[in-house]
Amino acid sequence: MSTTIASAPARPPRSLILWAGLILVGLHVATGLLSLVWLPYEPTGMVGMRLEGPSLVHWIGTDRLGRDLFTQLMIGSRIALVVGIGAVAIGAAIGVTLGILAAFASKWLDDALAATLDILIAFPTLLIAMLVVAASDTASLWSAIVALGIALSAIVARLTRILAKRVLVMDYITAARTSGSSWPKIVAIHILPNIWPTLSVNFALQFGLAVIAEASLSYLGLGAPPPNASWGRMLQEAQGTVYTAPLGAIAPGLALVSLAIGVNLLADGLRDSIDPTRRAR
Amino acid sequence: MALPFRPGYSVPDKARIPPILAYTIRRTLILIASLFIAAVVLFVLLRLLPGDPANALLGVGATEQQIAAARAQVGSDQPLYVQFAAFIGNLARLDLGTSFVSRASVLTEIGNRMAVTLPLTLFGFVLAVLLALPLGILAAVRSDKWYGTAISVVSQLGIAIPVFWVGILLVTLFAINLRWLPSGGFPLRGWRNFGEAATGMILPSLTIGLVMGASLLRYVRAATLDVLGSDYLRTARALGASFPEALVRHGLRNGSVPVISILGIELASTFLGAVVIERVFSLPGLGSMLLLAIQQRDYPNVQGVLFVSTLLVLIIGFAADIAQRFIDPRLRGRVSAAA
Repeated sequence: MSTTIASAPARPPRSLILWAGLILVGLHVATGLLSLVWLPYEPTGMVGMRLEGPSLVHWIGTDRLGRDLFTQLMIGSRIALVVGIGAVAIGAAIGVTLGILAAFASKWLDDALAATLDILIAFPTLLIAMLVVAASDTASLWSAIVALGIALSAIVARLTRILAKRVLVMDYITAARTSGSSWPKIVAIHILPNIWPTLSVNFALQFGLAVIAEASLSYLGLGAPPPNASWGRMLQEAQGTVYTAPLGAIAPGLALVSLAIGVNLLADGLRDSIDPTRRAR
Repeated sequence: MALPFRPGYSVPDKARIPPILAYTIRRTLILIASLFIAAVVLFVLLRLLPGDPANALLGVGATEQQIAAARAQVGSDQPLYVQFAAFIGNLARLDLGTSFVSRASVLTEIGNRMAVTLPLTLFGFVLAVLLALPLGILAAVRSDKWYGTAISVVSQLGIAIPVFWVGILLVTLFAINLRWLPSGGFPLRGWRNFGEAATGMILPSLTIGLVMGASLLRYVRAATLDVLGSDYLRTARALGASFPEALVRHGLRNGSVPVISILGIELASTFLGAVVIERVFSLPGLGSMLLLAIQQRDYPNVQGVLFVSTLLVLIIGFAADIAQRFIDPRLRGRVSAAA
């Protein structure tokens, strides 16, 4: 039996992955920005018949109240981007700070923080988000963003801690310390630039997770309230009418998946272009 | 658990305790500590919820006396440390209290709901493993063929696709267009109505199995690629072992170590993914219990479901860690930071 033992996986060139990711994400960013200045229809207006099929007037039809689905889909892009960016920003702010503090802290404090982080990670993102949303009396887009940001921060903190500790044992840190650099300066000059590449790839992945988690929250009825057309809520509303208007349950899902795949490809492409050890493959 | 500690030895020789046993003991202590921290986190999170839990007991326009009585009943008039001690004490005895809304025992209710969620999780998980193992190995071994690439491309969907959307699509196809299976629901008599209960489980389990299988596949493929590129496999081949023989005798054990820790994480997230899936298929499981409890501000139920789910997730992680040590003796001496 002739078999090659180790063969490199057939992998498309990294530029292709990066470009595919950039195009998918760029499309959503463009749509989201466009939705700020121009929409085909009034988003809450009942501009057509109920559950119309796709036509030249309503590109992907209307929902059960006669609202234009394409308009809602465009707003959905904007909301998904806001959620992704907001959640990652909050997660990064809390997570990177905690992670760096843990890496610098004394042994026992570091151990305690590390153990707590591991347990927080065992709490699932979605359950934490459900709790935080429940805690804020009225569900709003912000409560979902804050909830997801908090949930993501434990993952970011753990990664930052591990990466920062790896940098802290380097000779140039010892050199910086002996030459009298203060530790905020060490963080700014030596640690952050060194861990940034790996962190940014991770942020892209977290972005995808946040978008999917927000859609799940909205689907469960715990997301942004009605005027905000989140893809998750669109899917929940369309589920009941899937027999008469299947496109309403398909289009928001496709939009969601294309954004999530886009950021994952972007992360993959970034990692390949940042990490020289992967370049050889 | 008895240590092999015979009288006559004043100090137990460290080497006489089998490393796997020492590890199990250490890991058990970590599990207990984790549970305690989880309880603290839960206590803090629940106290962050707005309003007094007692309000959930009352309607609008309750009098001062009624509010005071409700607070005494719930215990929210006590100082925080007293509340905390009572909270930990109750959890330790697995006394999860009674629901504010239905007045039923929370533990009993969780037990009833588990009859839906546990089978759902297990079927979905088994399906995911049955999909991921053969396809993941195939995708790695045949990565130079078109179907190997095709499998890994499709598996990328696993982390980009929301599980509830897959559920909606499967319902559209199998329940609405083809009319082969029910679109959701669970018989009132539960598993005593076995046929209906089992057919109701098919689509939800398939949904979980497909999504989890796809994300698991990526890890199986990566682990297999690592094994395929390893020196020990080449040595085994050079010593005359056939390719399948070398793969099974040397690759399986090595490759399964990283996969097992992922299996633990996937099993836990399968269990938690059931929250959303139960909504898609209107199944009366643990997830729908939590959702309803959050909407009704039914604190004992929220707390009970969250505690039991965290307990299960931590136990799954514990089991995965121990299993890893059984398979790979090199790990036994170490307690990982993630333990």
